[in-house]
Amino acid sequence: MTTTTVPVDTDRPAPQQLTVVPLRHYGRWIAAVAAIAALIGVAGSLAKNSNLHWEIIGHFLFADLIFSGLVTTLWLTVAAMALGLILGTLVAVMRLSSNPVLYGMSSLFVWFFRGTPLLVQIIFWGYAAALYQYVKIGIPFTSVTFFQVETNSLLTPAIAALLALGLNEAAYASEIVRAGIQSVDPGQSEAAHSLGMRPAQTMRRIVLPQAMRVIIPPMGNETINMLKMTALVSIISAHDLMSNIQDVYAQNYQVIPMLVVASLWYLGLVTLLSIPQAWLERRYGRGTDRGGHTSPLRRMLAGALAQPARTKKNTKEAGA
Amino acid sequence: MSVPMVHAHGVRKHFAKLEVLKGIDLTIERGQVCCLLGPSGSGKSTFLRCINHLDRVDGGKLAVDGDLVGYRQNGSRLHELREKEVAARRRDIGMVFQRFNLFPHMTALDNVMEAPVNVCKTDKSQARDEAHHLLEQVGLGDRAGHYPAQLSGGQQQRVAIARALAMKPKLMLFDEPTSALDPELVGDVLDVMRRLAADGMTMVVVTHEIGFAREVADTAVFMDDGVVVESGDPRQVLVEPRQERTRAFLSKVL
Repeated sequence: MTTTTVPVDTDRPAPQQLTVVPLRHYGRWIAAVAAIAALIGVAGSLAKNSNLHWEIIGHFLFADLIFSGLVTTLWLTVAAMALGLILGTLVAVMRLSSNPVLYGMSSLFVWFFRGTPLLVQIIFWGYAAALYQYVKIGIPFTSVTFFQVETNSLLTPAIAALLALGLNEAAYASEIVRAGIQSVDPGQSEAAHSLGMRPAQTMRRIVLPQAMRVIIPPMGNETINMLKMTALVSIISAHDLMSNIQDVYAQNYQVIPMLVVASLWYLGLVTLLSIPQAWLERRYGRGTDRGGHTSPLRRMLAGALAQPARTKKNTKEAGA
Repeated sequence: MSVPMVHAHGVRKHFAKLEVLKGIDLTIERGQVCCLLGPSGSGKSTFLRCINHLDRVDGGKLAVDGDLVGYRQNGSRLHELREKEVAARRRDIGMVFQRFNLFPHMTALDNVMEAPVNVCKTDKSQARDEAHHLLEQVGLGDRAGHYPAQLSGGQQQRVAIARALAMKPKLMLFDEPTSALDPELVGDVLDVMRRLAADGMTMVVVTHEIGFAREVADTAVFMDDGVVVESGDPRQVLVEPRQERTRAFLSKVL
């Protein structure tokens, strides 16, 4: 410490008697007041606006039609994410393989599904019957057919939506999984190999659990995105939340109130989704960060408590 | 005479155009401690990694306990082994790395238990007892529940040694085990290695610790530029080297 080298000055108060006066941020106060005033203004004008029709919002918020749409939206999100994650992991492993054919095919897959708009892919699957009227299983280039079914009966709007969302998600998920796997130090695999673990075992027990730390936050983002992207499948009327909302306002012309109903539900679901993400992050953060064992609520509280604690520490340091 | 633990004859290895090992001849008998010394880039770490097939040998013969490393001889042909077979042979060879390479998502105890439980299918409670005992032996009995990030470098390296020993190897490879440690932590790790040597473990140690090599090694091998320059009794190689290159190296590190 430098204090030991400074000669003691008897005319001045001792270092431990000095008090620290923090800088007053007047600008922050002015900005906060202005922001709150603006917020009150907007909220007030919305509350007074009769075009918003709160009674319609209230009437439809818990309507059966909305609930059935919600159920479709939810299972579509879960199924498309599951399809995307499983297929994406497969594509990622293919892309990391030393087999040039597998590498090339996985690159092609990612290139195609990332390179075309999701909306186009959804409409494509919705109208796939226009390309192949029948789905046949047989021997290619011959007339031998074991099994045949009409495309339209197989590809219902919901299945088409699932395929479109899942395949698109697989392309993005594969890049996230690949980044996660590559983020793990190669020394980890070497250590596992030196213990006699086989490649598949090494991947499952050593590499993937560590890759999860890198994979989960962006996959959480993807899940939230997916929940909202399901709204796009209303274009092929897959009876999701958004399809049903559109059906309602096509009849009663109350577009804005119905969009508020949709927004409230999407917001609520997104909020719920962040809970499992936080749990997973803690689960796979074991041994890596010091916050690994605390719950998010505790961490938040600790963050709030750390604020005054930090100033205290600063005071101490400044006083030393 | 029994089969030597490690027998290398004309071992070659190259990375792309760069020839790293230019014909290594070396024999390590059972129960011996062999220290590999030499400037960085001399190929000593690569040779060590070849012994358990982390790097593939490109030419010559390298055998551990009579078995060719990574290959099966069929007449005049060498067939590369399947990954499963390579993994099976690695079980008997423990390795300790410069950067420890502990599994960060597992506690010290789980690190030590991982291979016995998942590779040897040892019963969990038995593996746990053995792991506790091993941690005890390296002086970390009270750190079993700690994650690697909560341990010092020296402690991590000792857990890594316990992890390798959990497979009951017949040969231990050490790749600069103390190079990444703070000077005051080196002693604890060397103590564990000294005890291991005294217990009769066959060890190949790549190291810059000349003092340790002089005291513990049965053979000191000085490598430079992919060849063995000089090898023999450490008191001779490291005190009165015959070769000019060995002398030049020792004068720099001592």
